[in-house]
Amino acid sequence: MKELLQDGTVNRVLGWKKGDLPYNPEPAFFKSAEELDEFIYDGFCGANLSKYMIAASALEGKTLVLLKPCDSYSFVQLMKEHRVDREKAYIIGVGCKGKLDIERIKAEGVKGIESISGAEIDGDCSTLKIGTIYGEKEVAYKDAMLERCHVCKGKEHRIYDELMLESADTLDSGRFEAVEAIENMTPEQKFAFFKNELSKCIRCNACRNVCPACSCRKCVFDSTKFDSAQKANVDEFEEKMFHIIRAFHVAGRCTDCGECSRVCPQGIPLHLFNRKFIKDINEYYGEYQAGNNVEDETPLTDFTFDDLEPGERR
Amino acid sequence: MKKITKKDLAALLRFIGENEALYIPGRVSGQTNYVRYNENTDVDLDTLKTVKSAKEVFFPQSETLYTVKTEDGKYRISQEELQNEEFVLFGVKACDMKGIEVLDKVFLSEPVDTFYKARREKGTIVTMACGEPEESCFCKVFGIDCAEPQGDVTLWNFGNEYFWKANTEKGEALTEKCSSFLKDGDEATVDAIKNAIRTVVEKLPYMNLSLEGWDGTKTEEKFNSPVWEELYKPCLACGTCTFVCPTCQCYDIKDYNTGKGVQRYRCWDSCMYSDFTMMAHGNNRTSQLQRYRQRFMHKLVYFPANNDGMYSCVGCGRCVDKCPASTNIVKVIKAFQKEGK
Repeated sequence: MKELLQDGTVNRVLGWKKGDLPYNPEPAFFKSAEELDEFIYDGFCGANLSKYMIAASALEGKTLVLLKPCDSYSFVQLMKEHRVDREKAYIIGVGCKGKLDIERIKAEGVKGIESISGAEIDGDCSTLKIGTIYGEKEVAYKDAMLERCHVCKGKEHRIYDELMLESADTLDSGRFEAVEAIENMTPEQKFAFFKNELSKCIRCNACRNVCPACSCRKCVFDSTKFDSAQKANVDEFEEKMFHIIRAFHVAGRCTDCGECSRVCPQGIPLHLFNRKFIKDINEYYGEYQAGNNVEDETPLTDFTFDDLEPGERR
Repeated sequence: MKKITKKDLAALLRFIGENEALYIPGRVSGQTNYVRYNENTDVDLDTLKTVKSAKEVFFPQSETLYTVKTEDGKYRISQEELQNEEFVLFGVKACDMKGIEVLDKVFLSEPVDTFYKARREKGTIVTMACGEPEESCFCKVFGIDCAEPQGDVTLWNFGNEYFWKANTEKGEALTEKCSSFLKDGDEATVDAIKNAIRTVVEKLPYMNLSLEGWDGTKTEEKFNSPVWEELYKPCLACGTCTFVCPTCQCYDIKDYNTGKGVQRYRCWDSCMYSDFTMMAHGNNRTSQLQRYRQRFMHKLVYFPANNDGMYSCVGCGRCVDKCPASTNIVKVIKAFQKEGK
């Protein structure tokens, strides 16, 4: 990366910068070899950098961006929607051994964290050894992974200029298991489930702002002329409406990158909405993975005579 | 000094809850927030930090101020009633208690916010010392002692018991009401608990964060610093930091069209949002850099400049825990230190 910066191939690097705690690296633009001394890539670099490439596409020269396999689906989808400029990107596809969720580590009763080892990308990623002010703790890497890594889409990058580092298989659950469990609930149970989950929503909009599919220049919920404000739920109906509208809006374009659930401060499993749509699309229009490639016809904007009529089910 | 066994706490809470409204950390779908207690509440006093702070009990995220209805071609305006029932807020940590003091500066100074004032008057606050502070905590930096929170009553968690001490008249009244559940406790044990907590606090990574240079002066120097130009870049412009913050107090006032009139309500606003302080002429902060800078300038420069040096950050560390892009006030303070600004 330093060479590509120094020889002028790229003007900047978009990666992750070391945090001030053992688990909080942040997305960052690096402009010089010296700045890159603060670069890090480990198990805590869950942030999907594809969306930052919308802004980077407007900058002068190329941006070197590091994309994990799942992030690369988001980049392709953004290309398909003409929101990022492929010519402005130098993509290094980085391997991934599953990304970690600090909330899951804390849920194991770990607090007062001083150090974490075992999250290094060149390690075997099997056990996290955590030093805390209350003593040493161990957590299995697998138990600390983000939900999305348990249903990993695979080790293959959909787009790249260069590849670096090995990936690991982390898939150990069925992608639609949780959706099926909800489908099997009674209407009353479903309503209670979503009511409880969505009652926690604080309308921070983190899910929307992190979402690579939510790339509208101006969101309808940000309009001052809209009766439904983006920052407060007037009633219980609105807190559901926001998330349901958002799920509809990204249907067919959501790659299931899982960023919405990763960032939710209230731990709402928002990905379940999107995954329900993905499951339905697969059943109604044939298997489809958003962000797989730029050429595919998209199921919700393409018409065929075999399409279901309204109200029809397969 | 009184005490209550943990076994008896459920009965005490039921007792308080039967007589008046009780707000307490409770778990809903895996997360702990302040909830209004009822017999089904999954009370959780072990989680150190509720996701949202205790501020929402006095300053709710959204509240109606008045309603306008049209009847027979006439407008009828009805104001929302002020809080008129007594309530108890239970389990508040030292940082959140200090947060309420920060809000008092804003809402109880002229012009007084009557909605907030009524809630403050009717509420009795039971605070709780922090048993096991976490790495994102930095309350001590703002002079807060999490071993001895203020409030009307203070609790200390120790073994199978909570020690209980009334600090104010309201606290004495609550203690009197609950006297059948309380036994006498000894000061010496509580002193030992406090010392143990303070020893832990010394080990926390952020406790020695220096606020040098953030004293409410040097406003222009801070405002114009190039440091902001890099700091804001990871920011997603969401409102997480502002909505989990115990001191963020900005709100918006909006009208909701009910079809037969208007409900005028106010709701928390976030300086991270593009329509924050939107006025007829437009918006005075048009870039995310400006919006990001505003939040930290307000907490560390403008607020202390206008409030005798009181910062509007209490070091609870919720923004450290919850920022989706892992940027936060600690990183801002450190970045300025590093640049020597």
